[in-house]
Amino acid sequence: MAGARPGDDHTAPTVHSAGLTPRSATVLDSAEVSRALTRIAHEVLERNKGPRGLVLMGVPRRGTHLARRLAERIAQVEPAFDAEACTGSLDVTMHRDDLRRNPTRTPEPTRLPATGIDDATVVLVDDVLYSGRTVRAALDALSDLGRPRAVRLAVLVDRGHRELPIRADHVGKNLPTSTAERVFVHLAETDGEDAVLIEGPTAGEDR
Amino acid sequence: MRHLLSTADLSRTEAVRVLDVAEQMAATQQREIKKLPTLRGRTVVNLFFEDSTRTRISFETAAKRLSADVITFSAKGSSVSKGESLKDTALTLQAMGADAVVIRHGSSGAPLRLARSGWTSGAVLNAGDGTHEHPTQALLDAFTLRRHLVGGGPAGSDATGSDLAGKHVVVVGDVLHSRVARSNVHLLHVLGARTTLVAPPTLLPIGVETWPCAVSYDLDAALAGDVQGPVDAVMALRVQLERMDAAYFPSAREYSRRYGLDARRLALLPPHASLLHPGPMNRGLEITAEAADGARSRIVEQVTNGVAVRMAALYLLLSGEDA
Repeated sequence: MAGARPGDDHTAPTVHSAGLTPRSATVLDSAEVSRALTRIAHEVLERNKGPRGLVLMGVPRRGTHLARRLAERIAQVEPAFDAEACTGSLDVTMHRDDLRRNPTRTPEPTRLPATGIDDATVVLVDDVLYSGRTVRAALDALSDLGRPRAVRLAVLVDRGHRELPIRADHVGKNLPTSTAERVFVHLAETDGEDAVLIEGPTAGEDR
Repeated sequence: MRHLLSTADLSRTEAVRVLDVAEQMAATQQREIKKLPTLRGRTVVNLFFEDSTRTRISFETAAKRLSADVITFSAKGSSVSKGESLKDTALTLQAMGADAVVIRHGSSGAPLRLARSGWTSGAVLNAGDGTHEHPTQALLDAFTLRRHLVGGGPAGSDATGSDLAGKHVVVVGDVLHSRVARSNVHLLHVLGARTTLVAPPTLLPIGVETWPCAVSYDLDAALAGDVQGPVDAVMALRVQLERMDAAYFPSAREYSRRYGLDARRLALLPPHASLLHPGPMNRGLEITAEAADGARSRIVEQVTNGVAVRMAALYLLLSGEDA
């Protein structure tokens, strides 16, 4: 299921109207993904004034890999930061509000850092921020697991079209899109390459 | 999945999916806050026409942990004892807006009738019908076995995605009246395991030779591996004294001597083998207290796993576009 997770926030239904074949364009290549993550890692540290109390929680599946990469980058800058011990993954399936609108999802594992998330600064990490509903579910899921001191949000791509009052603290790339377009994040861990692609009938025309 | 009526309806992919979802549900049950908002606003009706302790409580707990509203209905003390039919009871529940109906009934096929008749629009979960099937029990048995035989421990989430290929399970006891045995034979077959049924000839149903399993009358031979090779797990079935209007064996003592599980028989098994019992147990008849409380026993764990498996079943039936 490379790229196309049906029903995900950021994959609006593709419009296959007559005469318009979907075109895909690369928005970020591997080097740009890497630079964006490095910048986010530094921003997270700067905002937190160091690595103290930081916990990175990725939203499966790609957010988990992004959280691990961010933690590794933070550890390169701050050797005191234990990347493995401060990274987790947070499954939001059971907290979603669209379970009856999409095909049944299989929940993914939730892993907490050994120290838990109480009084930590939790950085939620996801690949694409779209309607904000995944983040809403993640906030609810987090509150069942403990009480963090603060929760921040880091995303690789913000494609707009928010349906809830949610914004990201750290953004890899702001990507103005139409709802008819689809955004795919490919990561080496799941898809064999790092790239952000946009696909849709109008892709490339207004850029 | 629209209904869960029989394990014979499940494909390998579907069965493994239920077990995988149950693994995640079990993980949420280790947390301080065990309740999930998943089925908020949905109504689950427990329709119990037959006595039950653990299945009813287990379904009730599972539905509540997923935030569903639960209405439990037992035939005793309801209009059923005034002669109300299954149809009228079902129509009443439909009028109250049930999203899922968990039904236990003394007649084989009652859940199928409920699912096919159009009396209720909700999902139907079979919680045991007559001597036919008890699918969630078989799923929790498979879940428990997968954790121990594939995952290597009680909390082996590294078994996710796998089946029970190559494993050998001996099921001993009252197969004739057992819905648990029937459901287990189908499910273990789909999951790639071998099953050997052991019972006196009087307690084997007609047509058992067509089931995907081996049959033996000799428990010691089966446990020693002489029937289908080394044994990975033994499941004792309850002798259903309430269904035994006729004599199926000469005496309880003889049954116990030939088909009861005790410490001597368990010693015939390889060291890793597990012991299961769907409960309630007749201690001293089909199983000795020593065996039931011993190190191989997974009987208490089965009850814990039952909640996770039923949460998974409710989640899979009540989410998705067609739910």
